[in-house]
Amino acid sequence: MRSFSYAAPATLDEAVRALAEAGPGAKVLAGGTTLYDLMKLDIETPPAVVDVRALRELAGIDTAGQEELSFGAGALMADVAADPVLRRDYPALAESLAKAASQQLRNMATVGGNLLQRTRCAYFRGGPAFPCNKRQPGSGCAAIGGLDRGHALLGGSDACIATYPGDWAVALIAFDAVLDVAGPRGERTLALADLHVEPGDTPAREHTLDWDEIVTRIRVPVTAAGRGSTYHKVRDRESYAFALASAAVAVTLDGGGAVEECRIAVGGVATRPWRCHDAERELAGAVLDRRSARRAGEAAFAGARPGTHNAFRVELGIRTVAEALRIAGERAVP
Amino acid sequence: MGIGVTWRISVAPMTSEVTTGFTVNGRAVRLDLDPRESLLDVLRERLGLTGSKKGCDHGQCGACTVHVDGRRVVSCLLPAVQVNGGSVTTIEGVTGPGDELHPLQQAFVDHDALQCGYCTPGQVMSGLACIAEGHAGDDDEIREYMSGNLCRCGAYTGILAAVREAAGRREG
Repeated sequence: MRSFSYAAPATLDEAVRALAEAGPGAKVLAGGTTLYDLMKLDIETPPAVVDVRALRELAGIDTAGQEELSFGAGALMADVAADPVLRRDYPALAESLAKAASQQLRNMATVGGNLLQRTRCAYFRGGPAFPCNKRQPGSGCAAIGGLDRGHALLGGSDACIATYPGDWAVALIAFDAVLDVAGPRGERTLALADLHVEPGDTPAREHTLDWDEIVTRIRVPVTAAGRGSTYHKVRDRESYAFALASAAVAVTLDGGGAVEECRIAVGGVATRPWRCHDAERELAGAVLDRRSARRAGEAAFAGARPGTHNAFRVELGIRTVAEALRIAGERAVP
Repeated sequence: MGIGVTWRISVAPMTSEVTTGFTVNGRAVRLDLDPRESLLDVLRERLGLTGSKKGCDHGQCGACTVHVDGRRVVSCLLPAVQVNGGSVTTIEGVTGPGDELHPLQQAFVDHDALQCGYCTPGQVMSGLACIAEGHAGDDDEIREYMSGNLCRCGAYTGILAAVREAAGRREG
């Protein structure tokens, strides 16, 4: 690991100032489960690290609000996953956290840091032995035509097909979550849908935050569709694995079983958290049954571009969406 | 530098040292640490507590599991400077005053819950937390909440039985 200068400010204001003074390339350290891991691999080599783990002002969880749920960026994944209101009223959000990582990692990782978890692409993590446009712009992509079993079907480019690995952001994007961020120019709010970007020609750029900004809060608008929701995650093993395909789904149904509100996002299959508006439109007003759920799944993957070893995940993804809709439909109160 | 912010400027090849204090198994320690050092390395290399094991060193295997402020974490992914002011419990801290085994450790022996034993300290620390968290309600829940601890010998059946017994449950 490269050496770095380290500061552990006592307040958010001080952290913002410390980050600005440290200059471009400095990184914010919270739970460390991504950043410190990648520093061990020399993939991340920040000259300076600002540690916000101990900032209690970032740790609040409020699920009692009438208009929105609020999660401090420094709240731990394990604590948010265990929130009783979230488990009852927004099972997709709670499940997306409970099905991510292990309990040890959930006790360390924060819900803000998790949004910016970096890809698990083995060529990215593998270091200079492999070309990688994300790690070394212009060097090429070893995954395209390589061992791409886990790589993205949606949102890839000729430069990069690295999968966004997170679960929480996939569930959040289905619920139209927004983020508050703090920086030297003050605070601003952005939609989570505007946080992550597809790789395009610049895969090293993964999000729209400036280097000197810190995520402070995640907010989710209250919706009745929360109760009829699930995060369905299909993996190589039943627990503690990244998604081969996942779907965050939330629905409300009318008395006749027809879909009123519908929210669908897929994970483990795209270069960023992937909202499926086409699939939602496919279901709007339809009676939720096996056939319509299948059609929604097909709509979600209509733009899939499989590579060499990952074509099976198109059908898997379609079925994952359909199964998630079945589970969510059973939970939805007409 | 900003008000109230203390920068530790790095001097290659070693960063400068950050004075860090915490307790390990009830004993207070105070160390000047390189911010790169993991808690696992500090426990093993500086404090001589070699019970916590380094398996993958990337948070994937669970062999380094310890408790910090009562919660289980993987100590390989925790920069030790972040434990400042905290309380750490390792496998060395779970035995009784006369070095007698903790009931969960005895259950591991009784149920053949290990072969090579390398993962066992992490399994025991995770098992203790699994029970304390209330996540040992049935076998499926134990399997789910113990999934962060890999056992390449494949002693999972015995590990499940040991955690179940220590949680005071019968099979099922």
